[in-house]
Amino acid sequence: MVATALAEAVAHSAAGAALDIEQVSHAFDIDGTELAVLSDVSISVEPGEFVALLGPSGCGKSTLLRLVAGLDKPKAGRLREDEERIRSPHPSRVVVFQDPTLFPWRSVWDNVALGLEAQGILKSQRHRVDAALDLVGLSSFRNAYPHQLSGGMAQRVALARALVNDPKILILDEPLGKLDSLTRITMQAELVALWQRKGFTTLLVTHDAEEALVLANRVIVFSDRPARVKADIRVDRPYPRHRGDPYLADLRRQILGLLGLDATW
Amino acid sequence: MSTYSLSDGLASGAPRLSRAPLLATWIRESGVGVLASIAWIALGLSCLWWQDVGDWTRTHSLGIAAFVIAAIALFGTVGADYLGSAGKALHTRAPWLLALGAFLTVWEIATAKFAWLPLPFFPPPQAIIEVYTDDLPKLLDSVFASVKLQLGGYLIGATVGFLTGVSIGWSRAVGYWVHPVLRFIGPLPATAWLPIAFFTFPSSWSASTFLIALATGFPVTVLTWSGVTSVSNAYYDVARTLGAKPSFLVLKVAIPAALPHVFVGLFMGLGSSFAVLVVAEMIGVKAGLGWYLQWAQGWAAYANMYAALIVMSLLCSGAITLLFAIRDRLLVWQKGTVKW
Ligand SMILES: Nc1ncnc2c1ncn2[C@@H]1O[C@H](COP(=O)(O)OP(=O)(O)O)[C@@H](O)[C@H]1O
Ligand SMILES: [Mg+2]
Repeated sequence: MVATALAEAVAHSAAGAALDIEQVSHAFDIDGTELAVLSDVSISVEPGEFVALLGPSGCGKSTLLRLVAGLDKPKAGRLREDEERIRSPHPSRVVVFQDPTLFPWRSVWDNVALGLEAQGILKSQRHRVDAALDLVGLSSFRNAYPHQLSGGMAQRVALARALVNDPKILILDEPLGKLDSLTRITMQAELVALWQRKGFTTLLVTHDAEEALVLANRVIVFSDRPARVKADIRVDRPYPRHRGDPYLADLRRQILGLLGLDATW
Repeated sequence: MSTYSLSDGLASGAPRLSRAPLLATWIRESGVGVLASIAWIALGLSCLWWQDVGDWTRTHSLGIAAFVIAAIALFGTVGADYLGSAGKALHTRAPWLLALGAFLTVWEIATAKFAWLPLPFFPPPQAIIEVYTDDLPKLLDSVFASVKLQLGGYLIGATVGFLTGVSIGWSRAVGYWVHPVLRFIGPLPATAWLPIAFFTFPSSWSASTFLIALATGFPVTVLTWSGVTSVSNAYYDVARTLGAKPSFLVLKVAIPAALPHVFVGLFMGLGSSFAVLVVAEMIGVKAGLGWYLQWAQGWAAYANMYAALIVMSLLCSGAITLLFAIRDRLLVWQKGTVKW
């Protein structure tokens, strides 16, 4: 059962796309005054890379993700997916938000089916919904409504809802932020396994340096608002990674220093 | 010298104690049912014992019916264990059965037997039953006319209101033009249009349909609109990143998310349209329960008025029950909806 689900998932896997963020700046108008949020951010992400974005809260990380998703347009600069300008949302770039934002009027299955239904291909692709639910281990909750799920289960449904579209770029905005530590560690492992199996490019915003180091190839640290790239750190360690790994501990100290937390680590 | 030992007390007390609670339990379990039966026997007796002060034909039948109900209540209570769910249903309703029997008895005595209440205005129960048996065709015609008028007007008003609400909630341009009109016309009670409507519309039926639709449409429009505008942007963001087109955003995001609001509007519209229905029937339409009431008043036929009122209340309550049933069906995903 699970094996077929995995085979199904692999069969549909699309390799990751390259992402180029070129000199992007963004600002919001708040009561006539301009609030600069991103300042000349340039990041070039290789296909299949797992990039973690770290930065002080309110510095502009979510804003950057919305630009990558195509939900908003930058005030200056360009974003490209595989050389193609990003101008509007596209199912090849799917976002998992911090809140699962499941549609409460839809059952779990119908929530996961959302993307295929919106693209008008659900009729012929129903098995992909089943496979995605299998993948996150929630097949037995297919008929449940969101209010009947725990926080961790809801977040897993949100993940399945994203994965069913076989995104080339998976955009994760603190998706594990509200979970208890146990569920969190389990889901981190599941995330890495999924990413390795499917090969999509991953952009993960997190406020947890350790999470970034356990998961990502590359950790980008932002400054205070307006966000600039402060450091771009490669994490050359094989998976699965150990939380106690002295190499990672060293990097963590370095990152916390960059975030201005030298004394407290 | 007598010593009192604990075991003595228990030994002698036990049999007595165990019988007393049995009786107490039986009274607690079945007492109300038996009292209900007695109340209906009282009604039957009060019907048959004294002479009526007026000329009513159904007194005897009412008395017999009361005895039948009393018998059902009694056997249903005594044999509750053998009757399954019917017995249980009777058990939970026994207090109401008791209250109803007592009320009808007092009413019967106060009106038909001693005329403590002034007579044409307070007819006895048998007079109302007489209406249901002897004036049934006319009453049914009225019910049919009312339901037809109400249903047509309500469905039109609800549909138009829903579509208008979605349009102004979704489109700024539509909102620009419709919103001021809505603010100008909406708060006006629909009955204020009555005199104009009955002259300008080709028939009083179409005029009433329009007014009922108007009374329904306003709350439905406003609540659908506020429902659509209050949908969280996060839902639209999710749908858009998954490849949703504008039509999908309206049909599969905005409308389902706004549905709880829409049902509040439908409920409010139902209430205000009932009011319009009755007034329209009294003033313009020569059919329906409102007209029946008016007609009965003309003849000082008070029993007919009470009979029509009872039917009307059952119909209105039934309509609300139906609406809530539909809502519960469509909004199963909501936790804890109000039970009507
Ligand atoms: N739609 C918006 N309108 C105005 N200001 C916004 C909007 N979205 C975000 N901001 C502001 O931009 C800044 C960065 O927000 P965000 O990107 O959410 O930060 P974070 O790095 O914590 O995800 C914050 O100060 C926030 O108040
Ligand atoms: Mg954020």
